[in-house]
Amino acid sequence: MKEEKNMKGISRRRFIKGVGTGIVGSYVMLPTMKDSEAKITKSPKDEVLESVRTETLETTINGRKVKSKVEPRTTLADFLRDYLELTGTKVVCNHGECGGCSVILDGRAVYSCMLLALDANGKEVITIEGLMSGENLHPLQQAFIEHDGLQCGFCTPGQIMAAYALLKKFPNPTDEQIMTGMSGNLCRCAAYPNIIKSVRGAAKKMNS
Amino acid sequence: MEKNKKNFKIVGKPIVRQDGVTKVTGKAKFAADYNFPNELQSVMLRIHSSHALIKSIDFSCIENDSNVAAIIDHRDIPGDKKVGVIKKDQPIFCSEKVVTPGDVIAMIVGKSERELIKIKDKIKIEYEDLPVLTDPSKSLETDAPLIHPEYKSNLIVHYPLRKGNVDSGFSNSEHILEQTYTTQNIEHAYIEPECVTAIPQIDNSIKIIGSIQNPHTTRRIVAAVLGISLSQVVIIQADLGGSFGGKDDTMNILSARAAVAAIKTGRPVKIKYSREDSILESYKRHPYVMHYKVGYNSSGKITTMKIDVTADGGAYASMSPFVTWRTVVQATGPYEIENVWTDVKAVYTNNPYTGAMRGFGSPQPIFAQESIMDEIAERLGMNPVEIREINALKQNSVTSTGQRLENHEVTLTKAMKTAIEKTGFVDKWNNYRNQSLDKSNFILSGEDLILSEDKFISRQDKLRRGIGLSISLRGCSLGAEGIDAAAALVAVQPDGSVYLLSGLAENGQGLRTTYSIVAAEILGIATDKIIYLEQDTSRIPDSGPTVASRATLMGGGAFRNASEIIQKRITNLLLNEWQLDKEAELIFEDSMIKHIASNKSIEFTEACSFASQRGINLSVVGWYKGPDVSWDEEIGQGSAYFTYVYGCHVAEVSVNINTGEIYINKITAVHDAGKIINILGAQGQVYGGSTQGAGYAVWEEIDKHNGFIREMNFDQYLIPTSKDIKSIDAIFIEGEDDYGAWGAKSLGEPTLELTAGAIANAVKNATGKRYFNLPLNLEEILLNRKLRPEDMKRGSE
Ligand code: FES
Ligand code: FES
Repeated sequence: MKEEKNMKGISRRRFIKGVGTGIVGSYVMLPTMKDSEAKITKSPKDEVLESVRTETLETTINGRKVKSKVEPRTTLADFLRDYLELTGTKVVCNHGECGGCSVILDGRAVYSCMLLALDANGKEVITIEGLMSGENLHPLQQAFIEHDGLQCGFCTPGQIMAAYALLKKFPNPTDEQIMTGMSGNLCRCAAYPNIIKSVRGAAKKMNS
Repeated sequence: MEKNKKNFKIVGKPIVRQDGVTKVTGKAKFAADYNFPNELQSVMLRIHSSHALIKSIDFSCIENDSNVAAIIDHRDIPGDKKVGVIKKDQPIFCSEKVVTPGDVIAMIVGKSERELIKIKDKIKIEYEDLPVLTDPSKSLETDAPLIHPEYKSNLIVHYPLRKGNVDSGFSNSEHILEQTYTTQNIEHAYIEPECVTAIPQIDNSIKIIGSIQNPHTTRRIVAAVLGISLSQVVIIQADLGGSFGGKDDTMNILSARAAVAAIKTGRPVKIKYSREDSILESYKRHPYVMHYKVGYNSSGKITTMKIDVTADGGAYASMSPFVTWRTVVQATGPYEIENVWTDVKAVYTNNPYTGAMRGFGSPQPIFAQESIMDEIAERLGMNPVEIREINALKQNSVTSTGQRLENHEVTLTKAMKTAIEKTGFVDKWNNYRNQSLDKSNFILSGEDLILSEDKFISRQDKLRRGIGLSISLRGCSLGAEGIDAAAALVAVQPDGSVYLLSGLAENGQGLRTTYSIVAAEILGIATDKIIYLEQDTSRIPDSGPTVASRATLMGGGAFRNASEIIQKRITNLLLNEWQLDKEAELIFEDSMIKHIASNKSIEFTEACSFASQRGINLSVVGWYKGPDVSWDEEIGQGSAYFTYVYGCHVAEVSVNINTGEIYINKITAVHDAGKIINILGAQGQVYGGSTQGAGYAVWEEIDKHNGFIREMNFDQYLIPTSKDIKSIDAIFIEGEDDYGAWGAKSLGEPTLELTAGAIANAVKNATGKRYFNLPLNLEEILLNRKLRPEDMKRGSE
């Protein structure tokens, strides 16, 4: 009997279903993103890919149209990191447990290690690299710096993306909502108290 | 004292971290974010065994596979085939024997990791399983299988400590209490798994970039394995996604493997671990078995302690000799005890090996000694504060190693007082103790494992509250463990901007910010004028490892030294120019340099350009060396550390006595870490340490079956989330000390070591029942034992 473990394990899994991917966010409009020219990406593993089946993926990443050939089993996280070199998205557990790979897919926070790149077909993805408007940091990024919501910073992109979706759903979150909303994102440095402060601070700024 | 300058301008003020912007924008480059043209990937070859003789390996069926660029094993190593800090017992690639499931026999490199994983299964390995040793208490038995037969014993190290006379001590004590405590394996669980790339250079040297905690140690190991000189190896530390002591030995070995492969193939070779690889191969925190026998009088005075500790070192010695040395120094806790007899042993088993982890040999004995203190108090009708006040180390007390605490302010009781006042400890403790306990539902009898309807979870009336405390002293830096010195480069440019470079490593703990604050304070400039350079072994002297919470103390001392030399050079130049007395004092603040009496002043930037025109060198490598310490190995006596820090944690919990769940409502953490330089960083350390300490107390355990780990990812290995600890209150009392930068001492590890002891005592206060084994998970709380395949009994019942 590993009751405690299973219970916690289940609750994390449930979280992924219930909160992580289940946030009923409104469709996110990104005011700052221009519809730039479609970018055809080449896989870094072209030589390997020649021998395997590929599919064409058309998606929008941080406001840019992207068209690429991908091996169907490529995860969204690997696609972002290996094909597009958007390395801000981190792979921590590759298992849907930690939230380190969180990105926004059509307005909802998702664990990109648990989705295939092809799941993003025809959809819109926002990663940590897409949050700035020009030279300006997003209020959440600003708040994480101001409130010291990080230490090593490895979990931080995931934290910020989860917070982004959270604030879409609850523009005025209670502390309880923040704690629960952020509990799918592990931080071993345990900057948690400052992460909560950062999210609270950003919400205030964004509302004022 | 002049050294402890008051009226700080920047020190102790909230300064945002240096690396904040790159980390919130995703631009920070961690090891796995580097890609090199033509780079090869790698996979490890292991067998499914904890202890086996390797008979033969047949690579022939993959040798001609186009996906395979090279197969690397022990035959490719030109230099040292085995490495280790003290005992060179750990092979880069195993050739004769495998002694734990994480062991690696060979590495295959090629373009696609996926293809390599498929191919790997084709390799034929013949091996013969040997008897497996997993119980450290059996390691020293005469018929125990020898893990490393060349040492003729499974003993890694044994430290005795003898003070006074325990025999007469016990016979003169009015009471004696004996208990056994056990603790578990803990995974560092840094969020970033290991990654390293080795890049061969045209001049036959090798460059390595990776998630490396101690670049200079890695350089030493790689040079030894390749059989080349130190200067031919350049290690660059990528931004590090957490370490907590964990990215040391493992990273040295991975770096060596990548380097061997890079040289063999002439191409960059990357090793990137999955979480499963990471948990399987990396070292852990030591599980301890601790027997405590304590003699005390009715007055509450403890006169005698006999302590016997066995640490499970696992398959390799690694840092065990250092970790257990701290244990022998600190095993009696922060108490002044006349007669002490301590034996600490670390032994080999076929379990995953254990090494450095935040806390480093102290969280285990603190859990034991703080539990037994509370138990003694209980027996004498005292509260936890009274018993500690009687026995706590005070100014000029003598520690169990015979060291008189006289060169710094001993703030132990002050820390405890602060914590109990802040939390209203004594009243709460008394109230919670008298909660009515419905014990009938509490401990299930052996047959009664399934709850009947009426016993089913009804939370409200089954929650019991509890409060508990623990206190500690901790020796700063390495102590008699090693040479203690650190370097720091401060390079002031002609326009007044500044480069900093340290021989100690930023692991996420905010050390860049701390060092920038030290330099900015002395030079009187703003921290945003300071650029921190990436850690590179070719540019800065070896400063020893970034361990033992020594970075602020030692590195801070070195940066202070360098900055003061520069300040002195600028001062001399200006005094001369302004024709002032040689002894006159100049004030460096607000980016200005002033002489008050004569009303002369100059902008810092102008002074720097002036200095450069006059040929004054404003680039200085500062150095800080810790004072000497002494140690007598035979009897464990001496000045173990040159200074100490003190702390107290109070934990407030609720326990659901039907389910065994523990909820942590509040941790109040009071620390004397000396002068606080970087307040945001210091708070971050307290949050991180207390949370990891709570994980250690309640949820976390690497459980092994025959040496095989059961928790291979975060679905099974549970680390605390943002919901698990309601609040943490960080309080600093700044004791006086002369060392380092204005007496700034250690904090990272003290924040972790105290939490489990406090929580265990709080759980006792809530439930009326004492627990002897960590973690305090459901089975421990409900059944008082761990459910595991062997159904092993551990500590006292
Ligand atoms: S890496 Fe995707 S959830 Fe952990
Ligand atoms: S900041 Fe290090 S894991 Fe979150």
